Amino acid sequence: MIPLNLVFILSLILFAIGLIAFFVKRDLITMFMAVELMLNAANLTFIGFAQAFASLEGQIIVFFVITVAAAEAAIGLAIVMLIFRQKKTIKTEDLNLMKG
Amino acid sequence: MGLFLFILLALIAIIFSLGLIFFRNQVYNALCLIVTLSSLGGIFALLEAPFIAVVQIIIYAGAIMVLFIFVIMTINLKQGWPPEKRKWPVRLAVVIGFILFLELLWAILKFKGVVSPLPAQPGTPENLGELLFSTFIYPFEITSVLIVAALVGAVVLGKKRDQE
Repeated sequence: MIPLNLVFILSLILFAIGLIAFFVKRDLITMFMAVELMLNAANLTFIGFAQAFASLEGQIIVFFVITVAAAEAAIGLAIVMLIFRQKKTIKTEDLNLMKG
Repeated sequence: MGLFLFILLALIAIIFSLGLIFFRNQVYNALCLIVTLSSLGGIFALLEAPFIAVVQIIIYAGAIMVLFIFVIMTINLKQGWPPEKRKWPVRLAVVIGFILFLELLWAILKFKGVVSPLPAQPGTPENLGELLFSTFIYPFEITSVLIVAALVGAVVLGKKRDQE
């Protein structure tokens, strides 16, 4: 039996690392990967609660989150390809078309 | 034994997710993320969710990360990444992340824990499938529409437009 607090602390550390990576990195693909890491940290919390409450609804929610993340990755990477085809770069500081 | 495995997998996940911050090469980032997601799959299996663990490894560490690596290799930026020039966004990010970390840590330490009223139910495919096709049938069907929309959208976005 794994203590629930340890699961939460792991999830928290992974979420914080994902957040910091999202702000530190400046290419779109790595920022995308940081978002996936944060989604996984949230999934870990759901699984921990599902085990603590002995109910399967948490696992169902994780199932849906994984499905939505797959759809999001397909669309997001298509957008990244489109940006690269037009601008020949994926670095965020070069994408300043709307800068006033 | 379970606790030992949990701590081992947690350390692997944390160390390799730090690689997401410190490596500048995107392929290294993707490989680090694959190791992190796989060890999270192991942790899901330890937390009585075997089906979600398998789904995590097949879909996340398999399908989604293969998609990422395909895109990285298609884009193929020849010049290396220059060193980070602007320092203040990095500092701001670390400060914001640390504040969030402390806040949530405070919330966790105040959490007393729960006592489950029911006997534990393992998340086997039978149990999950029964729930998915009875109580959650409506969100399940909506999800299929979402995936079709995402696939069509990805095809339309990825299509070359220059022959118009």
